[in-house]
Amino acid sequence: MTGGNGDTPGETPDDAQLDVFRVDAHAVNVRDLMARTVADLYSHLVTRPTGRAVRLAIESQLEEMERPALSLVDFSSVSILDFSCADEVVAKLLLSLRDGGVGGNAWVLFQGIRDFHRDPIEAVLDRHRIQAVLQGSGGGAELLGPVHPMDLELWIRVEEAGRIARTDVTGGLLRSADDEARLGQLLRNRLVFRHPLKGDILALSALSRELAPVSPPAVAPPSDATDSSGEPS
Amino acid sequence: MNVVEVPPSLDYRTLDRLFQLAGTAVEGKTLLDARHLRWVDPVGMIGLLGIGRVIRDRTGEPAILHLPESGDVPGYMARMGFFAQAEGIFASIRGATPRRGARPSDVLLEITPISENRHIHELVERVQGRAGAILSRTLRYPPSAVVHFSVILSEVCGNILEHAEAPGWVAAQTYHWSKRLGRQVLVVAVGDLGRGFRGSLTPEYAGRYGDRWGDATALEAAFIHGLTRFPDQGRGQGIQQMRKQVRRWDGVMAVRSGTARIADVPDWEDLPPLEEGLAPFPGAWITLLLPAAVPEPEGGR
Repeated sequence: MTGGNGDTPGETPDDAQLDVFRVDAHAVNVRDLMARTVADLYSHLVTRPTGRAVRLAIESQLEEMERPALSLVDFSSVSILDFSCADEVVAKLLLSLRDGGVGGNAWVLFQGIRDFHRDPIEAVLDRHRIQAVLQGSGGGAELLGPVHPMDLELWIRVEEAGRIARTDVTGGLLRSADDEARLGQLLRNRLVFRHPLKGDILALSALSRELAPVSPPAVAPPSDATDSSGEPS
Repeated sequence: MNVVEVPPSLDYRTLDRLFQLAGTAVEGKTLLDARHLRWVDPVGMIGLLGIGRVIRDRTGEPAILHLPESGDVPGYMARMGFFAQAEGIFASIRGATPRRGARPSDVLLEITPISENRHIHELVERVQGRAGAILSRTLRYPPSAVVHFSVILSEVCGNILEHAEAPGWVAAQTYHWSKRLGRQVLVVAVGDLGRGFRGSLTPEYAGRYGDRWGDATALEAAFIHGLTRFPDQGRGQGIQQMRKQVRRWDGVMAVRSGTARIADVPDWEDLPPLEEGLAPFPGAWITLLLPAAVPEPEGGR
């Protein structure tokens, strides 16, 4: 685990090599982002133009990141979320990542989701037949959206383990002939993370903990800029 | 001069009649004679504004609106913000035209124009306090209802910006329907003078429907099947989600566009689910009727 962006003087060559595999944690406070991109008077995430502006701002920030990034999109300060905004900020963002947009090198973990956010988010996930990973205040995560029961079971095994070493993937995580294809699907849909160097499989919640040892903020930081980075060890 | 007589009661049930009568004013001066108006709700008031705009644009001359000389109706229209919105639409308004009083308004949502994204944000912001109290105390909805109601307002008004491409209005108020239902009912009216459902969907879908294409099929396509003019799969869900929420509240959602109206209707209301052959009128006119929850019997489990 490293604490900075890896550009500190005095790095050893080994550090520089490892740097290639570092992942940035990209914290997004949706309400702050909305205030800066749409208007600072608005406090609710409503209307499609607003949602589109917020999504484009997130994508723009992710595109500027030099390394792979886990985007922690925090809804805790959003009190109203309508379906049009959920379609833009959740569904279209996920589709863009899945389809190789924003550099094709980012994952998203939605945080601060409350009961009244769930209806619009579930509706747009259903509509697009996609899934999203949501992290609760306790740190645990859930997979929301239409999912095959066997895919869900595999995802839960990853989530419960947090990290599965490469040597344990074949004999431990994958328990049937179909599991390998299912894991491939979870990886393609960016619902779990594979360590690019070691081949370990990480739940996104576990990845977020490794990148930001302090629990995800209930009250988001004042800036939505990159606030931590590190190498999943 | 064309004289269009406004019915004594102007609401979601009688507005069609006024649309029909207003259609006869093709040229020349027009008088909207509302001297016998005794009851008007948000649907009626927004309808009057729409009719005024259509007459002005069609004949080139703004109509004269004649309201009752006295009584409660002009005062109520003032509290709903009707006169502020009517400026520029009517040549003159005769009868009693009180300005909005200084006393706190009992209105849930005054007539509010919708033509820009910021209007919807302001609207959602404004209803939070008032809607919270009315939905929980008057309609006995759970505390979460204020969020669902705000989402509905946002979606329904968002449709004006996304599909109508013309300005519209929204207004809401609660009434006690003692005779018809014995309960409080929240009436929400949203209307615009845009291209309507048929106009919005024709380029994409008219060919697929062939001879069956018309106002009713366009409404069915959007209301029942969630189709929109956008190829994007994420579009069209706003109406579906509104219908779902309104059904949870045992309410009515009716959409009138062109010459047809489609509606989700609970047992307590007798609107037909689909009407065709209505008087043509531009835009889309949406009515939501949300009744108070029926209290559970005491001691029951």
